[in-house]
Amino acid sequence: MNEWLDRHMGRVFLAPAVTLILIFSIFPLIASLLLAFSRIRFRGGGFQMRWVGWRNFEKQFFGSEQFHLLGTFTTISLLGWAFGLACSAALIWWMFKYVRTHFTWVGFIGRLITFGMALGLSWLFAATLLSGNPFGTIGTTLFYVFIGCGVQFLIGTALAFACSQQLRGRTTFRVIFFVPMMITPIGVGYIFRMMADTTKGPFSGVWQWAGLGDFAWAADPWAARIFIVIADSWQWIPFVFIMMLAAFESVPRDLTEAAEIDGASPWQSFREITWPHVLPVAATVMLIRTIEAFKIVDLPNIMTAGGPGIATESVSLQAYYAWRSLDLGQASAVAYILLFVTVVICVSFFNLVVLGRVRKQQ
Amino acid sequence: MLRKLLGGSALALTAAMATVPTTAVADGHYDGVTINILTRPGPVIAGRMVERGEEFTAMTGAEVRVAEVPFAEIFQKLLTDWATGTNSIDVGVFASGWGVELVSGGLVANLDPFIEADDKINLQDIAPYFRDFNQKVEGSTYFITIDGDFQMMYYRTDVFEEAGLEPPRTWEEYLEVGAAIHGMDMNGDGEPDFGSCTFMKRNAQSYFAIQSIAAGMVQSKGTSEGLYFDPETMTPKINNDAWKKAFEVFKASVAFNPPDVLNHDIGDTRGLALAGRCGMVIDWGDIGPLSIEEGSQIKDKVGAIIMPGSTEVLDVETGSLVACDDTTCPHAVDGVNFAPFAAFGGWTGAISATLDDQKKQAAYDFLSYMNQAEQSNLDVTMGWTGYNPYRNSQLDDTAAWVDAGFSEASAANYLSAIKESLNHPNMASDFRIPGAQQYTGVVLDRELARYLAGEITVEQALENIEEGWEEITDDFGREDQAAIYSLSLGITN
Repeated sequence: MNEWLDRHMGRVFLAPAVTLILIFSIFPLIASLLLAFSRIRFRGGGFQMRWVGWRNFEKQFFGSEQFHLLGTFTTISLLGWAFGLACSAALIWWMFKYVRTHFTWVGFIGRLITFGMALGLSWLFAATLLSGNPFGTIGTTLFYVFIGCGVQFLIGTALAFACSQQLRGRTTFRVIFFVPMMITPIGVGYIFRMMADTTKGPFSGVWQWAGLGDFAWAADPWAARIFIVIADSWQWIPFVFIMMLAAFESVPRDLTEAAEIDGASPWQSFREITWPHVLPVAATVMLIRTIEAFKIVDLPNIMTAGGPGIATESVSLQAYYAWRSLDLGQASAVAYILLFVTVVICVSFFNLVVLGRVRKQQ
Repeated sequence: MLRKLLGGSALALTAAMATVPTTAVADGHYDGVTINILTRPGPVIAGRMVERGEEFTAMTGAEVRVAEVPFAEIFQKLLTDWATGTNSIDVGVFASGWGVELVSGGLVANLDPFIEADDKINLQDIAPYFRDFNQKVEGSTYFITIDGDFQMMYYRTDVFEEAGLEPPRTWEEYLEVGAAIHGMDMNGDGEPDFGSCTFMKRNAQSYFAIQSIAAGMVQSKGTSEGLYFDPETMTPKINNDAWKKAFEVFKASVAFNPPDVLNHDIGDTRGLALAGRCGMVIDWGDIGPLSIEEGSQIKDKVGAIIMPGSTEVLDVETGSLVACDDTTCPHAVDGVNFAPFAAFGGWTGAISATLDDQKKQAAYDFLSYMNQAEQSNLDVTMGWTGYNPYRNSQLDDTAAWVDAGFSEASAANYLSAIKESLNHPNMASDFRIPGAQQYTGVVLDRELARYLAGEITVEQALENIEEGWEEITDDFGREDQAAIYSLSLGITN
């Protein structure tokens, strides 16, 4: 018995953790996958589940929910065609180059998925935004992800770099910068909604004074999206800040001092020593933020309830609204589409951008 | 007191179940019984229930616990709790229209035996619409009303007087009047105020307001005509000129609403109305009692009227609007067809079918206690409770309203508007079929929001709603839905 235990001790120790993961992570994943292919109705004594195949997914891409997820397609503008064709050509060239130089089957399949996703999204962008058509929740989510995370990364990194210098009062600033992250997103949503209320909010007087009394950010799709990005950034810049601050402070001081003695300018020192040193942390921060940003739900729900129209509705919010009306099949299908998009974009980013750079350095 | 309260209930219990001892009326009989209630958060609806629950506990020993969840999550929490057998909730307090789905699933207790012998509830005092329609499904009572809901229009008497205007009778007049008073300083703060304040936010209450506007254009033959479908085929009656005009009126009114009206829910509009910034307000019965509360700037300056109507109504055959005459609009007054919309229907209590007899009785006794005139006639006069009148005795006498702070004239005006709406033979009913929330709260609400935001045209919005409603009907089963819809229209005033 003791001998058996010695041999299997590793598995025994792992078993509780694996069981918990199976119960709390894997089982819900499988259950929700089943739901995505079903219609479910609750009634006395339980529920009725009806298998509907791909119908919930089909509805999102080709049916009555197409406008909601993807956007409205009418005609593609000249600019849209130009953009779409340029992106297609660039992607085909990228695939062609890969096949000609470093072909492996695993790499090829991975890149093929990335290629398909990038091609689909670029044509979606061309057919909606660049052609004057409203885009759906995927477009809105990507706006939150790319613009929001970009803004957060730039400001958070700049603040972290400033606080890593020997400036007076930097400890106080560190605490102040960190506070927004501790507030629940729902609280942030309500704070910003109240502050930005143009008719009875605390700044309504300022709003009137500035001559914006008749402008309502909540009634304008782009203004509403930008306000949500501002609120999201206010909350998440501290996360980027704290991570990047730790990275900047871990840069060996002797290296930067040696560069200074050798006559390197501050910019050269930053570009050649500091930035390469913090890059792995920066990539990780962006990856975490991107994954998190894809799931944005609280802020658009509280600040605008997805409006005006569906202009600020994210994919997660679309799934939530479907779930709330007990359309569990559709909610699951939308959630799986989001999962697929998130995984492909994040894995592609990590594999092609981060690991690509590591491979280059090696 | 306790004997008075529970006398009828004890009889019902004895007659209907014969399992409960006749000592049901003894003090502390419900010692150890806990009634778990689920409803919306905040002082509105839940707050008064907590207070009445404490009184009930003191009288009977039954503990009343009120759990509060966001409005949009009440129904699915209740449905999943009862359907999956979790049964952590004993009583759900929600819109009666949502309850049809619960009843069709066999999840709600039939209250007929309890009501039959309850001599305190006095059903005949409850307005016919709520008694015979809101509380019942297929002729049996499943719900107890604690709040009567339908929408009315409120206007500022002082502003209208100053402008020399009469309150609107039709939606065209509403647009004219709204534009005329927009920009006037209505609360003396030197700032221009708004012609009207309407909740137009998505995922809030805007889909109720649009139905109030459409009702007078779509329904003219009485409550049994219905607003939404052909009862035989369940073909939606939405893609037509009447709904189109309602959508256009709603959008046109944006011009004299606050600039950020597309992000305003009922909390925002009431805040503005009480601050004296709105010339007109579309709302439920709450504005009246709220107007007399501390801090209100519109005390005794608010008039209430039945929702404006239409001089043209839908010809179902052609989908176009035709002028009102004796045939097309049998209930019209001076050529105007009114159809006050029973938006939401009011908050009602339903009891889980799975409760044991004693708990079911205790739960019924509590709902009956809330509903009885002795309690409810006071509760409806207090704006913060969120309870609106539903008993004739609440409407016939102004004394309780004057005691609450109304002037005699305001009380009379407010109650007459309610009576006119409540007793109207063409009152329009809210959805009362399974999937009600999906039909209106999701599809209608979303397409209306997209139209208001300028994303789509009114024609596209109506086409999308028609397609969405057809999908929902097919999902729930067309024949089943048609049968329930027909039943839901079978009872009129």
